[in-house]
Amino acid sequence: MRTKSTKYIFAFMLLISVLVISACSGEKDKDGANEETPARAQEITVRIADDPDFLDPHLMTASITEMMMLNIFEGLLAPETDGTLKPGVAEEYEVSDDGLTYTFKLRENIKFHNGDPVKIEDVKYTFERLMGVGNDETLSSKFKIVASLDAVDESTFKITLTEPNSTFLFSLTALDSAIIPKSNDGNHNESPIGTGPFKFGKYNPGSNLIVEKNEHYWKPGIPYLDKVTFTFQPDNQTALLSLQAGEVDLMDVPAHRIPEVENDFTLIYEEANSTVLVGYNMDRKPFNDIKVRQAINHAVNKDNIIEATFSGYAVKLGSNMSPAMEAAYKDGLQDYYDVNIEKAKELLTEAGYPDGFSTTISISSHNALYTNVAQVLVEDLKSIGIDVKIEVVEWGVWLERIYKGRDYDMTSIDFTGKLSPYDILNRYISDAGNNFLNFKNAEYDALMKDVIKESDIDQQNVIYKRAQEILAEEAAAVYIADYQFIWTMNPNLEGYKLYPFFYHDMSEVRFKE
Amino acid sequence: MTYTIRRIVLLVVTLTLVSLITFSVFQVIPGDPIRIMLGPDADEEQVATLEKQLGLDKPLYMQYAQWIGGVAKGDFGQSIRFSKPVSELIVDRLPVTISLALMSVIIVAIIAIPLGVFMAKRQNKPSDVVFSSLTQVGMAIPSFWLGMLLILYLGMTIKFFSISGYVPWSISVKGALGSLLLPAITIAIPQIAVMFRYVRNTVIEQLQLDYVRTIRSKGITEKYVLFKHVLRNSMIPVLTVFGLIFAEVVAGTIIVEQVFGLPGIGRLLISSIGSRDFPLVQGIIMYITVVVVLVNFFVDILYSILDPRIRMT
Amino acid sequence: MKSLLKRGKNINLIIGLLILSTFLIMMLMSFFYTPHDVNAMNIANKIKAPNSVHWFGTDEFGRDIFSRIMQGTRTAFFIGTVAVTIGITLGTLIGGVAGYVGGWLDEIIMRIMDALMAFPGIILALMLIAVFGPGMVNTSIALGLMSIPGIARIARSGFIQHKEFEYVLSSKLIGVKPFKIMFQHILPNVSSPLIVAASINFAAAMLAEAGLSYLGLGVQPPDPSWGRMLRDSQSYLATAPWYTFAPGIAITFMVLGFYMLSNAIRDITDPRSN
Repeated sequence: MRTKSTKYIFAFMLLISVLVISACSGEKDKDGANEETPARAQEITVRIADDPDFLDPHLMTASITEMMMLNIFEGLLAPETDGTLKPGVAEEYEVSDDGLTYTFKLRENIKFHNGDPVKIEDVKYTFERLMGVGNDETLSSKFKIVASLDAVDESTFKITLTEPNSTFLFSLTALDSAIIPKSNDGNHNESPIGTGPFKFGKYNPGSNLIVEKNEHYWKPGIPYLDKVTFTFQPDNQTALLSLQAGEVDLMDVPAHRIPEVENDFTLIYEEANSTVLVGYNMDRKPFNDIKVRQAINHAVNKDNIIEATFSGYAVKLGSNMSPAMEAAYKDGLQDYYDVNIEKAKELLTEAGYPDGFSTTISISSHNALYTNVAQVLVEDLKSIGIDVKIEVVEWGVWLERIYKGRDYDMTSIDFTGKLSPYDILNRYISDAGNNFLNFKNAEYDALMKDVIKESDIDQQNVIYKRAQEILAEEAAAVYIADYQFIWTMNPNLEGYKLYPFFYHDMSEVRFKE
Repeated sequence: MTYTIRRIVLLVVTLTLVSLITFSVFQVIPGDPIRIMLGPDADEEQVATLEKQLGLDKPLYMQYAQWIGGVAKGDFGQSIRFSKPVSELIVDRLPVTISLALMSVIIVAIIAIPLGVFMAKRQNKPSDVVFSSLTQVGMAIPSFWLGMLLILYLGMTIKFFSISGYVPWSISVKGALGSLLLPAITIAIPQIAVMFRYVRNTVIEQLQLDYVRTIRSKGITEKYVLFKHVLRNSMIPVLTVFGLIFAEVVAGTIIVEQVFGLPGIGRLLISSIGSRDFPLVQGIIMYITVVVVLVNFFVDILYSILDPRIRMT
Repeated sequence: MKSLLKRGKNINLIIGLLILSTFLIMMLMSFFYTPHDVNAMNIANKIKAPNSVHWFGTDEFGRDIFSRIMQGTRTAFFIGTVAVTIGITLGTLIGGVAGYVGGWLDEIIMRIMDALMAFPGIILALMLIAVFGPGMVNTSIALGLMSIPGIARIARSGFIQHKEFEYVLSSKLIGVKPFKIMFQHILPNVSSPLIVAASINFAAAMLAEAGLSYLGLGVQPPDPSWGRMLRDSQSYLATAPWYTFAPGIAITFMVLGFYMLSNAIRDITDPRSN
């Protein structure tokens, strides 16, 4: 040990480690303020699987982003837990009898996070930005039907439509049209400002997003928490271990892992308004034949898929609507096609495929859900002679080739919840851009046209229910299930609410007394 | 000196080729970054606006020319996925990956070198055979599985280890160690095997050389021979292996960061390939390449200083 | 001393061959017999601990894990063999030509190889998979292509060394065609480091496949693959730890077998270690 070169080497290694430690400790001293925290800091950590797509509320589309960012923003209206609408930035609103003019009265004393009061010009700016007025950079196609935006007085705002649209109100929440300050123009994606219960703190790409209490939120006493850290953890296993180690307070736990957490944590779940389906390309043979589609529906054992993939934490579906959409949901369709191999074979024979056929199911690799569904499907369809090959592609390829290019035979996908039944069902309109299943039905198209003009909500729901029936009758897809997200929460917390879409509403979450 | 110049020229050539390969690969990879980011609910109007803003509607060769032009000025461009400068994203994540890589290298050194020397003395005795086999098992375990098992059996039981991501050094040195030690061990284990084998074989080789026999015949104690002469002469070739080990360790961080949820460069790279974030992938790969090549470069220089017999021309 | 040395060598060879022949027998058997149907599902019987009917238990679809491990040997050997064949063939060809011809051609080829080697292996594989798409065949090809630069380097140094040897120079003089000299005369003389590389690359391909599977991009169902099973078993690490050990140990042993084999071959063929 006393030789020169070994000494050098050890000195070298020591030097390196000292350098590293000192270099790294110099890096981030800005967010190192919370060195000593009191026994119960009003702070929690929520696990999110991935980074947000955009912080700019008008650009954000991924549900992962909306889950977090809806705590920062509010629209003129706000979503209720049952999917209905309540006042948001607007205290009250009025729709004219012809369904063309919407008048909003802004809430008094409502302020942005930077302390500025919300003015009419901010509201106008918001909608003009979305519509691309003046710069040809349209950010949303939902406001194409807007004819004019007018400031009536200091606190009254009027939107006029070119034609009546019964779903327009649903476009006025923070999901589609968050009210943002004009003064922050050009910085919405870097330092977003809204009116929500929390204000944007800091975004560390790949690591976390921090939101902090909005001290002057219009609703007194809200929120309870001082700080929420959304931490990005792609690996389910690691995330669950962090939950158990107390490093994470809220996350969704895969259903088959519930036994590991149910004794020590609060579990919150209900229908999530998702739709898992196995689709087929109805422009292609043999899926253009309704008998083939019905045969497949009779052969697939949905209960098995639910048990294998979701350990039972899912609700069987029969059409593209979840029971979470209480009023619009048509019950009973989930048993429209019973599991009946004999009948399936008969239908196949009638369609001219007595010995079945070969086909390919193309699915994305980014979620094990699809491979799980596909594997059960392959076994089920084997029993009626249909030989299905599984082709796995990357998510980007799936979106481009299957979803946009419609180049596939069969596929599997899950749709996440929307606020309005119309937005859920409109993908089946014959010429809809996202009708990647190539469903074409004249009655359906007519119904969807009618419902837009229908102002009576009960009558709307009657139409939505009939639309769901058509999808079931036509066997437009194999509708499998609405799977539940099992939100697993630190047992000392309470006040977490579920919505029919992805939203971690932190406004009323608090530590139990 | 000419050697140094040649190394630098080679580095530039390698980097240019690396950027060209990455670029051409992305030309044929299907998948649109904007669509991947927005998912199936993407609004077509929004997609068109964003592609225009990002210049993605331009032909690919123009995008490449623009990118290379920026790099020449030290600007690596904007990440599509994160709408932030690539260099900023990389710098933000450097502390994690550098700490992880250096900790792994240090673990490799402090375990493999003494053990290699120790086992060389016991060449082919049962303890040597057993340990040699054990290190081979260490090389044979898939790293993500090893990481999982370490989390399950050590991370969960020993309070010191933090398993939910990275704690910056500035917040707590203990926390940082706790969050980085298990992943560093995961990366180190297969490399310990490589290093151990190399040290052991080099020392064995040295022990068989003439000078050792001469010294031995003079009646000098075995310990003295080993430490004074053999070890010193062995350390020089061992140093070169560090260059190789470093490259392997950097590669090892990629999967291990994923398993341990560490916000390092490797995880950023994997996610940016999935999201087809071309400027970011390009930037990170260039960065990793430069670092690995530079480390090997300095190892070579150090080697020439430690061993004056090497004449570099 | 000598007999001890020999024993040390033989231990690698014996254990290595023992492990690999066990897997080979398992693979051959799987063509004729597995205890249960590999893909038959029985959802009611999912995640059952090892018992007398299912020796290694059942997976999340109630499929027999032992049968799937058995059939997984096919996937493993397929990927390894295809990857190694591609890597060795193209690597030797490229490295051989570079080394034998030398000059500018050598410089160009080796710069490209350097650039490829500058990519961390898993990243090159990920990019190739992104081009070809995931799946068993594509994964094998990607892993084969990935190993070319390393093998090319080994082949190149052998060819450079040997092209100056007497036997090569004399063949040149009597007008033997360069291709014949390269592959009939030189190749057999430089093959031992290539055989070692083949064995190591087989092991590396197995590990890389596991890594890709962890990222969801390796072999895809219903092909039973150990890497995939290892990934699927992650979710049951706490509740059903036995699930993860079957594929985990299978991969580790297969890789170990090839490492030991490569060490044994190196010890036998490398004159320095004698």
